[in-house]
Amino acid sequence: MSVSAARIARRRVGNIVFSGFCIAVTAVALIALAAILWSLLSQGVGGLNLDVFVKSTPAPGSKGGLANAIVGSIMMCALAMAIACVVGVLAGTWLAEYAGKSRYGSVVRFINDVLLSAPSILVGLFVYELLVAPFGGFSGFAGAVALALLAVPVITRTTEDVLSLQPATLREAGVALGAPVSFIIRKVLWRAARSGMLTGGLLAFARISGETAPLLFTALNNQFFSLNLAHPTANLPAVIFQYALSAYDDWRRLAWAGALLIAAAVLGVTVLARTLAKEQRRS
Amino acid sequence: MNTMTATDFETSITPIPAELTKVEVKNLNFFYGKSIALKSISAPIARNQVTALIGPSGCGKSTLLRTLNRMYGLYPGQRAEGEILMDGENILSPRMDLARLRSRIGMVFQKPTPFPMSIYDNVAFGVRLYEKLSKADMDARVEDALRRSALWDEVKDKLKESGLGLSGGQQQRLCVARGVAVRPEVLLLDEPTSALDPISSARLEETVSQLKVDHTIVIVTHNLGQAARISDYTGFMYLGELVEFGPTDQVFTRPSTRRTSDYITGRFG
Repeated sequence: MSVSAARIARRRVGNIVFSGFCIAVTAVALIALAAILWSLLSQGVGGLNLDVFVKSTPAPGSKGGLANAIVGSIMMCALAMAIACVVGVLAGTWLAEYAGKSRYGSVVRFINDVLLSAPSILVGLFVYELLVAPFGGFSGFAGAVALALLAVPVITRTTEDVLSLQPATLREAGVALGAPVSFIIRKVLWRAARSGMLTGGLLAFARISGETAPLLFTALNNQFFSLNLAHPTANLPAVIFQYALSAYDDWRRLAWAGALLIAAAVLGVTVLARTLAKEQRRS
Repeated sequence: MNTMTATDFETSITPIPAELTKVEVKNLNFFYGKSIALKSISAPIARNQVTALIGPSGCGKSTLLRTLNRMYGLYPGQRAEGEILMDGENILSPRMDLARLRSRIGMVFQKPTPFPMSIYDNVAFGVRLYEKLSKADMDARVEDALRRSALWDEVKDKLKESGLGLSGGQQQRLCVARGVAVRPEVLLLDEPTSALDPISSARLEETVSQLKVDHTIVIVTHNLGQAARISDYTGFMYLGELVEFGPTDQVFTRPSTRRTSDYITGRFG
């Protein structure tokens, strides 16, 4: 039985319509992204100068920069990622390798999925009750914990996913040599899943680096330069939030510059980590 | 045509002398949950010989192989009954130390399973679990294992490169090298050539024939020609039963049961 010419023509049209639709939708998303990046670049580059990196946030009308916010953000993000990587990688590994179909495992998996989409302001309030109110003050540590809570579910989920993708025979090959399962996980599976786990870490970093809401309840902000995380800590998102809403032109310029810096940092870290992963794989 | 006759249930197990036996399987039953996969298997495995297990898909060959190093223990719900004696010691005993057992019984899988590390580290991986060797001793051990698996000449200049960069056939020989580096007494091969091209398969077959000088080898294969070429003993399995076991030339040229001769002549399976 041959397919009629009319049907072939109809299929061809259907194919063109469908792929045209896909391309159009993709273009809409890309145009929106390009527009955001463009406004970020055009408004942000003007505000960038050496002062941004060496001076702290100014009073309206006087000269200043974002040094305190940059350093505060770096410290809190670094501490948050350190906490989140340990917890997330271990939790994801447990889910993938040990939990199986157990009830406890399903419960943890479900709660992690809920946390994955939890409003970040709730996480901020939670840490406020946990670490700010009882200890009598806002602090960079509380900020880092709030950010870590946002990063953990992302890392847990991606770690579990990429480990589950590793073939069962890879585990069996290790077991067949007499290696304990925990040893195989550390020496073989983590290595095999490295680039996927790295992607998870980057996703988490990208998510927390721009978070404002949880920091308003935890780290608050700080006008002055400080390396002490036990006190309220300046951070880029909160400064951007405050300055962008202000009536002063020089503050708004700094807000744009800060936004550009965050975007550049996420891009830079992503490129760096990908390059490192590729180097290692080659060796 | 479909009527069962007595010959449909015949089995024939040719015994081998106790002093030539490395492993003795006795009345082995195996269960995946509630379904039975091996039914009262009894067979000897000869020391420093190649024993091939043949039979149609799903007959239990791989299952039998995976009881020999207790691989099934990774999966809850799988269990074995009966005895498997290696040099008189019961492998299935709950007191058996699994790490030690697996250092004595190595395994190579159907698909190559190189670890994501250098060729050198792949081969040294198992050795490092059991022995603390000096750099020179480890180098010698790695070279020896790679020579035994006929891979040395191809990789001696790139030991530090990733094992994942090798071809499929090379990866499989790397896995053989990783297995023999631990110096196991028994080597289990689970369809080791089914994912390889004919030339790589032929090389691996040669390797297996050379390895029996030092190792007792059990190989599961779908390839009857391969079983005939490289094995000394052959077991034919069907539906979870060991139908026939004996010297390879006997099983292939003068099979004692009708089911075996039907399978070998290609009437089913």
